[in-house]
This record gives sequence, structure tokens and C-alpha cells, in this order.
Amino acid sequence: MQRIVILGAGTAGTIMANRIAREYRRDLAGGGMSLTVVDQDNEHVYQPGLLFVPFGVYQPEELVRPRRPTLPDAAAYVQCPIDRVEADANLVYLEDGRTLPYDLLIVATGTRVLPEETEGLTGPGWYEKMFDFYTVEGSTRLAKALREFEGGRLVINVVDMPIKCPVAPLEFAFLSDWYFTQRGIRDKVEISYATPLEGAFTKPMCNRHLTHLLTEKGIEMVNDFNTGSVDGKAGKLISWDEREVPFDLLVTIPLHGGAAFVGRSPGLGDDLGFVKTHPNTLQAERAPNIFAIGDATNVPASKAGSVAHFESEVLIENIKHFLNDELLEHGFDGHANCFIETGFDKALLIDFNYEVEPLPGKFPLPLVGPMSLMEETRINHLGKLAFKWVYWNMLLPGRDIPLVGPQMSMTGKHTPEPVAVTSANPNLERHPHAHHDA
Amino acid sequence: MPTMTLNDAVLELDAEGFLADANQWNEGVAEAIARENGIPVLTEDHWKVIRYMRDTWFASGQAPTIRSLGKESGVDVKTLYKLFPKGPAKLAAKIAGIPKPHGCI
Repeated sequence: MQRIVILGAGTAGTIMANRIAREYRRDLAGGGMSLTVVDQDNEHVYQPGLLFVPFGVYQPEELVRPRRPTLPDAAAYVQCPIDRVEADANLVYLEDGRTLPYDLLIVATGTRVLPEETEGLTGPGWYEKMFDFYTVEGSTRLAKALREFEGGRLVINVVDMPIKCPVAPLEFAFLSDWYFTQRGIRDKVEISYATPLEGAFTKPMCNRHLTHLLTEKGIEMVNDFNTGSVDGKAGKLISWDEREVPFDLLVTIPLHGGAAFVGRSPGLGDDLGFVKTHPNTLQAERAPNIFAIGDATNVPASKAGSVAHFESEVLIENIKHFLNDELLEHGFDGHANCFIETGFDKALLIDFNYEVEPLPGKFPLPLVGPMSLMEETRINHLGKLAFKWVYWNMLLPGRDIPLVGPQMSMTGKHTPEPVAVTSANPNLERHPHAHHDA
Repeated sequence: MPTMTLNDAVLELDAEGFLADANQWNEGVAEAIARENGIPVLTEDHWKVIRYMRDTWFASGQAPTIRSLGKESGVDVKTLYKLFPKGPAKLAAKIAGIPKPHGCI
């Protein structure tokens, strides 16, 4: 019998469970295969919604559903924290002492925020005037703080990269501008955006566009700012090179790391606990029968639900290849597709991969759209809100989204200048040997 | 492609001044790149970091992050910012002759 174990029942793990259940329906029913999904809790959070909670657009309870109903009936669901993976023994150790043997393991345990890793951040002022919005608790508490904010300096600070949904901090800045304008106190609020990046975003064309939007909305940008510590009492951020940014209200995007068990699993992860993963096959470096997907990997793609979805289309094929003793496909190209909420009921849409930066054009149909790439429109905003339904009803069940394939398409895009090709990952050239040996 | 010339050797650089081929690097190249980036003299602490950058890159194909530098290179983060002002991970990579660490998106 083939035993498949999936660690994590968030976006990526749930999509994979549903794809595997569909693909191997007969084997699962006939006893030729078993599928087990593990998660530490029973709350599946619609994470794109967290951005809107602080502004009162969504209530936190609208975003949370129990995990079991989102998973296929053919899967066994185990709710227990994971202690570690012993790859040489093909065993998952759970915290309660149980072990799960596997023939094929999929790690989909996402990422978590680590505010305690920055000196002073969880000290005096934490959840009083310093908040994150990447957790249900943080975004809920921040909603109250924003409602009660009567003016002063609001600072949005990205502590380090990589982060989940890299555009969310910018969206937060844009929505703050909208929110305080609606409340009639925009002139009493200074909004500042402190980032370790050289610009608003790392991809050149997008960076220019987003930097322009920040300026237009009167948001100050502090770049190359590497947060060393936070002084909650005095209300200031201090960078490693000793620059200071004062705040009355801090919205922090803390350092991100992988799940804690990755660090306890010999050889599985990098120094932040992200699973070392081949960027095109999604096979883990640790062992040929381990794969990783979504935010849990160290591949240089966005940590975003759209990426998990595009990866799932490649991963299901590679799981079939692996179980059939065939070579893996190098099918994943880093494709990401993100709405960027810009306030006042408008949004931008960007579409890019490892090699090609976001470009203007129409999406998903050339010339027709209906959505516009790299342009603020109301229909993009409606697309973003409609995505909540798409998430629960199409994305998690692992259905292909019509017209949008796993590989990025150049149709409908304008390239006003030569497409910038960057060597996104030296591994591509440097490790051609691994991962063909399945 | 931009180049730099050092003792009659022509070295290829990328658009941001990173060495195109890490194997063209030597200590003289490191000193030249450092001078161009406002570091007149490389101290023993600089070399500790530079060697750690190269070892990590050749072993793993990844440039180390500032956090792993602070933990494992033998030089703490605050000192790293003094040695390589502004962006230590980036500047140390440049001087070590390895590709620019990619900003993760």
C-alpha cells in the first residue's frame, strides 16, 4: 500500500489533499493507497482577508472555517502538533508520541511570524501601539487601535524578507490613506513605510509604479531600513545602522519563518525553517520521497495562495511520476498572480514568474481582460473581493481556474522595453544533478 | 556587459557591479571592489565575513542571509553594518564575488 502523508491543512495542503483524492479515488477506495493529513489546529483562515480586518471591511469570524469539511472524505485527518520528520526512517513524529510512516510526504505547513526575533518588538507597547496583521489576533486588535487612532505617525515596517504576500504591507499603506480620508482625519495622520528593500517592490517596473502611488497618496518611504530593534516606550524603530523612525502606532510585518518542526527535522530546512526545495520540481533536497509546496518552501517565488495553486498543478503531476517511477517534470516557473488593493475601491493586478517581471496588459484574455494588469481599476477590486468565494469553492477543492494555467502566459502583455531576465536562482544552474533520480 | 580591469585581467560584471563569474575572484579583486564601494581597507573581520560568504555560496548555491551571517560568520549583526555599511549581505556578496542575493518576492 502507498501511504501518502500531507503535513499542513492550509491552502496548499488542502488543495493537494483534494487533488490526490480525485486522482487516486479508486486506489484510496480499494485500499491500495492511504492519505493522511495532519494539522495542529482546526481553524482554516482565509488569509487574504486578514488585510481587511483592521479597516472593518471583514470581521475575523467571517474568515475562519473548520478544516475537516474542506478536506476530502477519503483522507484521514489527524489534529496534533508535529514534532519532527526523520527522513531516513520515513517517519513523522507527532508531539503526542505517535508516529506516522509514509512512502511519500508533502510538507505544506506554511510560514509563521516571529515578532519575538526582533529585540523589543514584543516588549512594552506590544498589542498596545505595536501590532501585526498577519494573525487573526493581531489584525483584530489592530482594528480597535485604528478605530481609536485620532492622529499622529502611523509607521508600517517590513522587518525582513521573505514575507507572506509581499504586497500586503503596501496595500495596508494604501488602505490606511483611504481609511483616514473616510474618517476625515487624513490631514492629522502621517503615514510612513519603512522597508529593507531599495524600493517599494523588488521588480523594477512594478517598483516604479508602486513608488509613484505611494508618493501620490502622500505616504513617506524610508528604504534600505533594516530594523535592528524597537523601543515601544519611546515609540521608535532603530535600524542596525542606527537610524531612527518615530511612531505613535506601529504596524509591523515581523520576520517570517517556517513551521518549528522543520528546524527539528535533520537536514529538511534552511536557517529560517523553510524546506529546501527544488524550484521547478518541488522535490525536497532532503529525500526524493519528500515534496514541499506553498509558503513552506524556500523557492524564490512569492509566498502567496496563487503560487500554491499554480504549484499544485505541477506537484500532482510529479507525484504521479514519482509513484510510477518516472522522471519528474521541471514544470513550475515561479508563476504568481496578485491583486494589490490600492484603496478607494480600486485595485491593481500583477502577474509574473521567476524570470519575467510584472508587465502591463489585459488579463486573463488579451485585449479583452476584463482585468487590467498594472493599472488601478474598480473591476480589479471587485476581482479581489470575489476571490473569497473562489478560494473556498474552487481553489481549495483543487479545481483548475478557467483560463489561468500554471505557467505564466505572455499573451495580452505589453513589453515596452526588453524583458528583464534576472538570474533568480543560482541553484537552477548549480544543482542540475539532484531530483532526477526518482 | 560592464567590465572592470585589474592587473590587465578583464573581469565581467553585471549591471549592478557584481562579478559575473565567481571563479574570476581573488583577494586583489575583493580589495578593488571594496575600495570602489567606500571601504578603503579590508580588516581581518571583513575577511572572516567574505570567506564565510564564499564558502556558503559554493556549498549551497545560496548567499547567506544577514541573520545567518550574524549567527555563523563570527561577526555580530551590528558589527556587520559597521563593516559593510547599508546592506551588509549585499555589499559583502559583491566584495566576495558571488551573485547578488535575490530579494525574495
